[in-house]
Amino acid sequence: MTFFSVNGTAAIRRDNRAQAAADPGPVLQVSKLEVTYYTDLGRAKALDDVSFTLEAGQKLGMVGESGSGKSTLALAMMRMIKPPGRIEGGQVFVGDTELMSLSEDGMRRARLNKVAYIPQGAMNSLNPVIRIGAQMVDAIKAHMPQESRKAINDRCVHALRSVDLDPGVFHMYAHELSGGMKQRVCIAIGILLEPQVIIADEPTSALDVVTQRQVMETIDRVQDQINAAVILIGHDMGLMAQFVDKVAVMYAGRLVEVSSVREMFTDPKHPYARALISSLPNLDNKGVFRGIPGLAPSLLQLPGGCAFHPRCPYAMPACTSDRPEVLTLEHGRRVACHLFDAEAPHGQPA
Amino acid sequence: MANLLELRNVSKIYTRGLTHAHPTVALRDMSLTLKDDEPTILTVAGESGSGKTTLAMLLLGFIDPTMGEILYKGRNITSLTGAERLAYRREVQAVFQDPFAVFNPFYTVDHLLTVPIRQFKLARSKVQARSLMEEALTAVGLRPEDVLGRFPHQLSGGQRQRINVARALLLRPRLLIADEPVSMVDASLRANILETLRNLQRDYGVSIIYITHDLTTAYHIAKSIIVLYRGSVMEAGDVDAVIKSPQHPYTQLLVDSIPWPNLDQRWGEHPIIARESGSTGSSDACPFMSRCPKAMDICKARPPLYQITASQVAACYLYDKQPELVAERLSELLPA
Repeated sequence: MTFFSVNGTAAIRRDNRAQAAADPGPVLQVSKLEVTYYTDLGRAKALDDVSFTLEAGQKLGMVGESGSGKSTLALAMMRMIKPPGRIEGGQVFVGDTELMSLSEDGMRRARLNKVAYIPQGAMNSLNPVIRIGAQMVDAIKAHMPQESRKAINDRCVHALRSVDLDPGVFHMYAHELSGGMKQRVCIAIGILLEPQVIIADEPTSALDVVTQRQVMETIDRVQDQINAAVILIGHDMGLMAQFVDKVAVMYAGRLVEVSSVREMFTDPKHPYARALISSLPNLDNKGVFRGIPGLAPSLLQLPGGCAFHPRCPYAMPACTSDRPEVLTLEHGRRVACHLFDAEAPHGQPA
Repeated sequence: MANLLELRNVSKIYTRGLTHAHPTVALRDMSLTLKDDEPTILTVAGESGSGKTTLAMLLLGFIDPTMGEILYKGRNITSLTGAERLAYRREVQAVFQDPFAVFNPFYTVDHLLTVPIRQFKLARSKVQARSLMEEALTAVGLRPEDVLGRFPHQLSGGQRQRINVARALLLRPRLLIADEPVSMVDASLRANILETLRNLQRDYGVSIIYITHDLTTAYHIAKSIIVLYRGSVMEAGDVDAVIKSPQHPYTQLLVDSIPWPNLDQRWGEHPIIARESGSTGSSDACPFMSRCPKAMDICKARPPLYQITASQVAACYLYDKQPELVAERLSELLPA
C-alpha cells in the first residue's frame, strides 16, 4: 500500500514535483528575520538578522541554549509571535510564497499546508475529550472545506499509517496512547497536508531513548515520503549527530555558525560551537563535565560587539566593539566571528 | 552500621476496577540498601513505564508500598512521627522532572525557596534567609538578581530546574532523589547541573538516586546502575560494565539507542520491536519476553538474577550457567 494513493494527495504531490523540477532552488529561504519583544524592562531583540536556506529533503538542526531564540525563530516563521513580541523585518520564502507579506487569512491557510509546526510538548496539546480522528479531521476541514468525508478519512488513515500507528488510533482518545504514540499522532497531524517545511521543536525531549529513536526514525521516513525540508530544534547534540544534515548554532538571537553536521562535529569554527562540542559527554571522558563557563547574556542588556565575548576564550579587542558579520568560509560554512575575518576572502555578509 | 535507607522486598501494585480487578505491577520485589557512611550516586534507568518514578514516590513516602517495607535509619517511614518525620522530610529531598509543572504560577519563585526556609527554621532573619537563597542560587549557576522576584512564566525551563536544585541544596539533605533532573535542560547547562549534583555527593556526603532514561548522563555521574523494565530489575552493577558491555537484551537495546554525539557511532541497525499494546501476557514471564529478539521457551518463567561478574548481574536465562543471586543481596555488589 502506498502512501500517495489518495487522489487529492497525489495531485499535491505532483504539484510539488513540478515545482521542484522547474525551480531547483531552496524550498525554504529565510532572510534577515528580526523579532523584538517590547517588555517593561526594555526592548529584547530575540532574533537579529537571521538568514538561512534549506533545500527539499534536507534536515537542519537548530541548537542553542534556552533563550537563544530557537523557538522564537520557529514561531516567527509561522507568524505566531504574540505581543509584546513583534516581527520587525525579514522575509520567509516557502517555495515561491513569501509568508511575511501574506494576509492573515492567507497565512492561516499556509500553516499546516506549506509549513507545519510541531511545538514543544505537542503531545500534551491533544484534546483529551475528543477522539484523535476528530482532531485530525478538524485540521483538514479547516484547509479543505470541499473535501469529501471519505477522502478526509482516507487521508487521516494514511497519515497514521505513515507514522507507524494502527489506523484504529483514529477512534481512540489521547489518554489511551503512550507518550511516543501521542508524539507520532502529532507528527501525523503535521504531515496531513504534506507541507514543504516541517518545523519540529524538541519533538522527543520528554521521551525515553528507545521511543526517541522510534520517533526520529518516523520523522525521517515521513520526510522521505513527502520530500519536505525539516528543521529540528533542540539542544541534544547527540540527536543532531544521528539525524540532521546541517547544524545551525544560535546564540543570543543570532546565527553564529551554520555548517554541515560532519564539519560541525569534527572542526567547529565559532568559539561557542567549539565549547558546545567539547561539552558533550562520550564514552572516553567519564566524569569530565565541561560546561560552558559564564552565563547566557540577558537579551535586554546584550554585551556590545559580539554577544559571546564575555565568555569567549579567544576574545580580542575588536570583539567588544564591532559586531561580527556573518562570513562565508569554504564549503559554504557560515560563521559570525572576528577570528575568521582574514579567512573569508570577500568578507561579505552572506 | 545503620543504613540510611533500606528497601525490603518492596512491591507496588496498582489495581483498576472494582469487580474485575486488573493489577498493574509498577515495582516488583525490590530490595535496596543505601549506607549512611558511604555516599554514592546510584542510577535507576529504564524507559517510561518501567517503575522509575514509582520508586521515587515510594522513597519520598508519597505512596505506600503494597508489600514490603521502607526503612529510614532503621525506622519504617510510614510510622515516623513528629521530629523524626520532620528530619526525614528535610533529609530526603527531591528534584522532579518537569520544571514547568512544579511551580505555582501565582507566586514568585522566592516563595518556593522561602517556604522550606521557614518550614525548617533555617534562618533567623530575613537578611539571613535572603543570603541563603542567594548562595544556593549562585551554587547552581544562576544570578540571584535575575530570578528572585520573578514569576515562573518569566523564566526558562533551565532556570526553573536550577531553582529546584537550589531549593534542595538549601536544605543540605542526606539523600537526594533526582527524577530526570536534566531531561528538560540545555545540553550546556546539563553539565553544570550534573557537576553540581556530583559535588553535592563528594563535598557534602549526600547520596543521590539519579533516576533517568538517559544513559549518557548516567554513565558520567553514577557509580552504579540498576536497569528497570516494567517494574523488574533487568540488569544491575557497576556503571562502566553495564554500559560498555551490556548483557541483558533489554539493556543492549537501550544502549544501542543512545544518540551518541559521534558521527561514527550510529544508531544500531536492529529494528525496534515496538511495544504498542498494553497486553503483558502472562505475569509470570520475563517482562521483556514479547520484545526480546532472543526469547526462548524457558522465558515463560520469570528469570532470577544471575551474577555475571563480581559487579554485574542480569535477569536473563542466557546466563543461567552463572550463579544465582538472591534479590535481597543486590545492593552488596553495587560499588559505592
